[in-house]
Amino acid sequence: MLLLIQYTLIFASVLVLVALGGCFSEHSGVINIGLEGIMVIGALGGALMMKFLGGEAPAAVVILLVVLSSVLAGILCSLLLGVAAIHFKADQTLLGTALNLLGAAVAVVLVRAINLAEDLDNVSSTIKYGEAKKAFIIRIGDFEFNWFMLIAFVALILAYIVLYKTKFGMRLYACGEHPQAADSVGINVYKMRYAGVMISGALGGLGGLVYITAGVSEWKFENGVAGFGFLALAVMIFGQWKPVNIGLAALLFGFFRALSNVYTGFDFLLSLKLPSVIYNMLPYIISLMVLVFVSKKSRAPKAEGIPYDKGQR
Amino acid sequence: MDNYAIEMLNITKKFPGIIANDNITLRLKKGEIHALLGENGAGKSTLMSILFGFYQPDGGEIKKDGKKVEINNPNDANALGIGMVHQHFKLVECFTVLDNIILGVETTKGGFLQKKEARQKVLELSKKYGLSVDPDAVIENITVGMQQRTEILKMLYRDNEILIFDEPTAVLTPQEIKELMAVMKSLAAEGKSILFITHKLAEIMEVADRCSVLRKGKYIGTVDVKDTSPEQLSAMMVGRDVSLAVEKKPAQPGDVVLDIKNMSVASKRSKKDAVKNVSLQVRRGEIVCIAGIDGNGQTEFIYGLSGLEPVKSGLIMMNGKDITHMPIRKRLVSGMSHIPEDRHKHGLVLDFSLEDNIVLQRYFEPEFTDKFGFLKRNAIREYANKLIKQYDIRSGQGPATKARDMSGGNQQKAIIAREIDKNPELLIAVQPTRGLDVGAIEYIHKQLVAQRDAGKGVLLVSFELDEVMNLADRILVMYEGEIVGEFSPDKVSVEELGLYMAGSKRMEVGAHE
Repeated sequence: MLLLIQYTLIFASVLVLVALGGCFSEHSGVINIGLEGIMVIGALGGALMMKFLGGEAPAAVVILLVVLSSVLAGILCSLLLGVAAIHFKADQTLLGTALNLLGAAVAVVLVRAINLAEDLDNVSSTIKYGEAKKAFIIRIGDFEFNWFMLIAFVALILAYIVLYKTKFGMRLYACGEHPQAADSVGINVYKMRYAGVMISGALGGLGGLVYITAGVSEWKFENGVAGFGFLALAVMIFGQWKPVNIGLAALLFGFFRALSNVYTGFDFLLSLKLPSVIYNMLPYIISLMVLVFVSKKSRAPKAEGIPYDKGQR
Repeated sequence: MDNYAIEMLNITKKFPGIIANDNITLRLKKGEIHALLGENGAGKSTLMSILFGFYQPDGGEIKKDGKKVEINNPNDANALGIGMVHQHFKLVECFTVLDNIILGVETTKGGFLQKKEARQKVLELSKKYGLSVDPDAVIENITVGMQQRTEILKMLYRDNEILIFDEPTAVLTPQEIKELMAVMKSLAAEGKSILFITHKLAEIMEVADRCSVLRKGKYIGTVDVKDTSPEQLSAMMVGRDVSLAVEKKPAQPGDVVLDIKNMSVASKRSKKDAVKNVSLQVRRGEIVCIAGIDGNGQTEFIYGLSGLEPVKSGLIMMNGKDITHMPIRKRLVSGMSHIPEDRHKHGLVLDFSLEDNIVLQRYFEPEFTDKFGFLKRNAIREYANKLIKQYDIRSGQGPATKARDMSGGNQQKAIIAREIDKNPELLIAVQPTRGLDVGAIEYIHKQLVAQRDAGKGVLLVSFELDEVMNLADRILVMYEGEIVGEFSPDKVSVEELGLYMAGSKRMEVGAHE
């Protein structure tokens, strides 16, 4: 039972971070379906830093550097989307798709190259970071507390405050709803959109790191992040682009994802004799169903997906 | 010497292939209401965009209080005290009135928004100038009139001294227009200088002190309103004498073409029906006009009638046949023609050529498609050329021109040619003159009257009261999805209609003929 809670929380943390990222990007007016790719790159940044640090450095330093490097990697990756979508006004859906393909591919190529350089027989795309990863975890009895749970929670609260209580949030919101209106009162729509996209890069990258460190001590980058970026998008839509709702939606989806890790611990689930693939599929099936029912009534930021053009009024 | 708040001297602005502003001079005195008159495309919007910092002029200069200034973006304009109520409101729909007013000039404390003082100031301003708004109401839930008051408060909140109103009356009822005029006068009395952009002469005569006229990008002149007449202004605007009234003989209604009984259409936005239990008839040889303010169910009504949306209940009979659930193409081939409200969305395939757009509803007929299913391009070209000549559709490359590259007036002419040449029994026209200049409007009005005289039933939906009064043989007023009044245009005043359009009066109307 404790294990179920632990996994639910950690997977919910991933979803909260990434979905909030999407939320910022979309409130600024840029659709970000490249979250999956951003997650992979963020995860790669973090994993490489952990590999580099090993088990020696003090926990605080490890946490800081690893988080920072995945955040930076995420931002860098999101800027690809930002520049193309905001500056060059490219189609955001295509860009996101391209980013997803690119992210996974770049990660595999880089990791293979690094592994090969270290050892000519090693052609795997796996990074081991078991030692450094320990810095993130504190054992409280049987419960493995992970600093990322706290980080995600703080991010959730901050996102709420920023979006609803600050000048920045209000302006960001305006840019996603009615950029012409924002422009006419002197707000730089391009800058705000860059800000939104970069925040989504930071949070998405961080989310990727959290995902690959949840439960395992090495990651095979060929697997990407197993569709978690898309799951986060579903969470964002289910949460109606509002932080608090996103938090709740993430818990729900996190729970189903956790179930597939720990269902063997529950006798009544075992007695159902369902094959394990069913549990693995659950979060994705649920997200599909949720979207079918929710998306009709959902109220996305009005101007999202439309490149802002000053001349067009 | 006169005291000018703003002077725009010898302003020239070129766009590729067109000179939008050719050496235009506009001087706004302190505390006056100055009207800027011109047809669509005369360069009014460009000039105002320059003043507001959206565009940079290619020549000329702008002076504020006699000193030369540079306006590079809306921020600069705002710093100079220039504010604008845009024709299409610049309001964030999911924000409250207050949030919209403070957006861009927010007060913060420790990074957090402070709205208390702002609310106080807004309430004071709204009281002082009689601009009643609820600061906590969300924009998408309030009336157009209140949205406009929000825009005005936005300018006042920023302490703007020079207020630009871009076609502010287009979306208002006659009563709301009266209120707006009163507000504008009181603002001018307080020392604010107002630029009032419009093409409605009556409003200029009522409220403005002076009027500058533009035509085709050129400056025609400035006149004192008290020394001029609407006729003179109109002649200055168009460059020739235009007959503003439509000439037509009395209608001679024949058989019923369209008979709608108790039609309801669901709304996409709310749970309430957009069209409620509407019954009406259209006879051959008459123009029935549905008047009303935009957004009162006219769009949904037409969608239901033309088949773009399913109707929820009721019966639609055309020529005695039940067409309630008929597919759109069947409706079109059995004698319905539709000049849609949004010509870009429903009227044309913008990236198709003019000729393809012209045969859009007939390409499948044997005349244009052979027995193997291939299009007869020559026949299509020939037919298109015939209509282009007959309806005087002007375009760069004739039938091969992309619809997107044509002017609004010619796009509309193409649609009208297509719909009328089908020889319909019933012609539905929704806002057929929206955004067109006086010449094109004259032409389209004549075509509609000609169709009526040829014995077709014409159903016209219009938000322009002038158009309604000029064209209709019978006026039905639609308010919140219901028909709330039926009139004969010679027995009702514009003011009376306005009361019905605003929902403050209603009568029981049924299909009682």
